[in-house]
This record gives sequence, C-alpha cells and structure tokens, in this order.
Amino acid sequence: MSLLKVEDLHVYYGSIHAIKGVSFEVNEGEIVTLIGANGAGKSTTLNTVAGLMKPRSGAVTFDGKAVAGVPASKIVPQGMALCPEGRRVFQQMTVRENLEMGGYTRPASEISESLDDVFTRFPRLKERHRQIAGTLSGGEQQMLAMGRALMSKPKLLMLDEPSMGLAPILVEQIFDIVQELHRAGTTILLVEQNAQMALSIADRAYVLETGNIVKEGIADDLMHDDDVRKAYLG
Amino acid sequence: MIQFLSYLLNGISLGSVYAIIALGYSMVYGIAKMLNFAHGDVIMIGAYMSFCAIQYWSLPPIAAIVLAIVVCTALGILIERMAYKPLRTATSLSVLITAIGVSWLLQNIALLIWGANPKSYQSLVNFGSLTLFDGQLHITSETFITIAANIIIMIALTLFTGKTKMGKAMRAVSEDKGAAELMGINVNATISMTFAIGSGLAAIAGVLLCSSYPVLMPTTGSMPGIKAFTAAVFGGIGSIPGALIGGILLGLIEILGKAYVSTELGDALVFAVLIIVLLVKPTGLLGKKVHEKV
Ligand SMILES: Nc1ncnc2c1ncn2[C@@H]1O[C@H](COP(=O)(O)OP(=O)(O)OP(=O)(O)O)[C@@H](O)[C@H]1O
Ligand SMILES: [Mg+2]
Repeated sequence: MSLLKVEDLHVYYGSIHAIKGVSFEVNEGEIVTLIGANGAGKSTTLNTVAGLMKPRSGAVTFDGKAVAGVPASKIVPQGMALCPEGRRVFQQMTVRENLEMGGYTRPASEISESLDDVFTRFPRLKERHRQIAGTLSGGEQQMLAMGRALMSKPKLLMLDEPSMGLAPILVEQIFDIVQELHRAGTTILLVEQNAQMALSIADRAYVLETGNIVKEGIADDLMHDDDVRKAYLG
Repeated sequence: MIQFLSYLLNGISLGSVYAIIALGYSMVYGIAKMLNFAHGDVIMIGAYMSFCAIQYWSLPPIAAIVLAIVVCTALGILIERMAYKPLRTATSLSVLITAIGVSWLLQNIALLIWGANPKSYQSLVNFGSLTLFDGQLHITSETFITIAANIIIMIALTLFTGKTKMGKAMRAVSEDKGAAELMGINVNATISMTFAIGSGLAAIAGVLLCSSYPVLMPTTGSMPGIKAFTAAVFGGIGSIPGALIGGILLGLIEILGKAYVSTELGDALVFAVLIIVLLVKPTGLLGKKVHEKV
C-alpha cells in the first residue's frame, strides 16, 4: 500500500522551473531512494513533500490525505519527518533540547520514552546530551539530526544526503542505522549523492535529472543498468 | 559620596527601563531578524493608555497597568500581522523603511488623539520614598519598583526561554525557521507571540519610564527607543543578559555623564561608548558569534 504518492509535481523558484512533473511513490515498509546529480532537484522534491515549499501544481498524498501545499508544521504530526540537507541542527541549543524540539508535536508524557529510544540507538548523543549542538562533530550532528527526526515517531522518514561530508566509516555507520530503522518498521525515502550505497540498501529507486524522473525500477536492477552505472556509479 | 550613590541608583533605574525595552528589541530581532523601530512608540502608546485609564476613566493603578499591557500586546501582534508579515521574504531595507513608517504612524495617531501638548503623567508606582543618611539620600518607590520589575522580568524570561516548551521553540525559530517548521513548530504563531511579549514589556517600560520622568507626548518613546536599541546592540543583540547589562550600563553612563561631565553631552557620551564597544567587539559585550552554516 502506498504511504506516499507524488503525482505530476511542479515546483518553481521564482521563474526557475526546478521540478517539472515528478511522480513517484513510496510503499509502506520500503526503502526508496532518489538519486541524481547536483542540482537535479532532489532536495527541492523532499522539501516540497515535507511542506517547506509550496508546489505550483501536482498532488502529494500521504497516508491517504492530500498534503500538497500544507505547511510542514501540520504534516509532521501526521507522521512524516524530514532530516534536511546540511543537518540543520539548532546550533545554539543542547543535544537534549534539539531532541525535545524533534518531539514538539508529541504529548509531554511520551517524550522521555522517545528520548530513551534515541539514546539507545545513538549512545554518543546520550553521553553528550548537555553539549551545545554546534560544538558536535559532523558525524555527531548527523546522528543528532536523525535522532531529532525520529523523536516525532514518523511513519515516513525522509533523509536528504545523510552521508554528506562524512568519513567512509561513518557513512557505513549511518547506512547501518538507516537499515536498522527500516527493520524496526519505518518507511524510508532516501536522497543520496552516494548512489552506490543508496542503491545497495534500497528496494526501489528513481533517477532524477534536471527536474524530471528519467528512470525508475528495482534498486538492484538500476545498480546494473549501463546508463546509471556510467552516470552515477563511476 | 552620597550624591554619587544617588546618581548610581538613578542610573540603574533608568538603565532598567532601557533594559526592559532592549529586551523587546532583542527578542524581535532574534526571531524576525529585523529592527522594529516602532518599538519605542509602542512604549508611548502604553504610557498614554495608562494615563487615560487613571485620568479619564479613574481606574486603579494596577488596572491601568494591565490595560496598557493588554493594548500594547494586541498592538504588537497587529503591527506584525499588518506591516511585517507580508514582508517576510522582502529585503531588509524594505522592512526597515516599513518599521520607520509604522513608527511615524503611531506617533501621528497619538498626535491626533491626544494632541501635541505634553501631558503631566501621574506616577502609578508612587508609594513614597525612603530617606537615608539623615535625609541626604532619597530613594523613591519608582526607583525601587523599576529595578525590581527589571530583575523579575529578566528572571522570568530566562526561565521561559530556557525551560518551557514554547520558549525553546522560540529559540529554535530564531535559529532556523525552516528546521523549526520541520519540528512541527508553527513559525508564524511563534513570531507573533514574540512580538506580543516584546510589546507587553514595552507597556511596562512605558509606565515605569513616565512614572519617573512624567512628561508624556507623542514623541516620548523615540529617544528611549533609540537608546534601548543602542543598549541591545551594546550588550549583544539577541541575548537576554546582554540586554540587561547593556541597558544598565547605558543608564549609568547617561546619568553619571550628565552629572559629572556635561548635561548637554550626556547623550552623545552614550553613543560614543557604543561606537567604542562595537569597534572592539562587533557582536556587543555578550553577543554570540553566529555559526556559519556549512
Ligand atoms: N533557493 C533557490 N533559489 C533559486 N533556485 C534554487 C534554489 N534552490 C535550488 N534552486 C535550483 O533548483 C534546482 C534544484 O536544486 P536542488 O537543491 O533541489 O538540487 P539537488 O538535487 O538537491 O542538488 P544537490 O545534490 O546539490 O543537493 C537547481 O537548479 C538549483 O539551482
Ligand atoms: Mg540537495
């Protein structure tokens, strides 16, 4: 059953037509990845789905409800979380406060349990829960950004380039965590530059090129597709 | 010596008013990244409201203060909705010009309603005065209450932004609106609330200011507004302790400067100090370095 369905989405920055009729869907329990070169429109797509940007036209259906153009703050409580490009943790707040913000829409009584869950998954964050987020390392900030997104207990977790700027060993770790989250029942929409890694853990994939989806299919098949290999797997 | 003590207390008291106004500037700047130049005029409206409540409607002082707070809070929300919200994505120059326009608008509305003649404001917090050192030192209740109000407000706001969910959300919004929205925080409502709090504080500042310096006219808020803005920059805009320290120091410099240096140059001295501080430390005394996003 499809948890997220995007149909013929058009998004503009002023007069720049950034997304030109993108359609895709994410079924419950899947990991779906959106790959593409710099500037293809991956972040724009995620930001629009999450409600940070309004589409010019097109439909976004999440969990059976039309959410195109609905502000992010109203979509979050419905079970969607975006861990944005560049992490965007609240630099001047503590690790714990960042996580509390992640649970902003949940009742106070459920926060401490979710905090425990996140601390179990990311022991590093527990050690540093009183540290100011801006002083964390890049890898730790990524973990914080993911932990923060998980605090809302999302049905759909969208990750925008979680491996950006991280050392290979940390990239492995982040991808392991994504797989664990998936096994624990979270549906995942993953945007990555690191197409190799993304395809290796995804069920299905879409290839985005200058605002259009040019290919879609089973991740394993795309991994062996000649065009994809040439363009994205080097 | 006792004379000096008296100047010191007056300086701290005036500085407390500046600090309360500076808080409003600072909070609004922190969240909306704009200088709300109309903030000083909200003070004036608050003072007029409380003046009318006492003079024309014969309300008790506490009711007059509450009325002033309620009106200014509503006014702050209204100004944000009507004037600034439509400009959320406009250049900062347009916002600045709009703010100056709102400031003039408020002054002219006041002129229209209450006229240009100064009103003599009757202190709302006059409970007599304390006389010490064989009558050489008078400390008025206005001085006490202004300083006490400042301390209470600072503590309350520190607790609010540090401990409450709403206060933390406010800090989140002031750091990154997009990320805050992704947390489920209603950014517009949070900005509105910040204007409401800042304007409510402006009302209190207006009452306290006019209780100590009882001349009320449509331009009453301008100079304190500019000085409080200076105080906010001085202490580090966006910081609560910064507003406190900036405000108090400014009040002290002004009063002591007028007493010991020159009555005429007192104000100039204030701005000279600001320039020196900004040359040495551009972020202000307690200003945080802004982390550049990667
Ligand atoms: N704020 C903006 N204003 C104008 N154009 C923008 C803006 N943000 C993105 N664009 C344009 O929209 C297009 C899609 O950008 P987007 O950030 O979605 O790409 P991306 O696939 O996420 O790239 P990357 O891999 O570099 O993150 C690009 O051509 C970009 O220049
Ligand atoms: Mg991107």
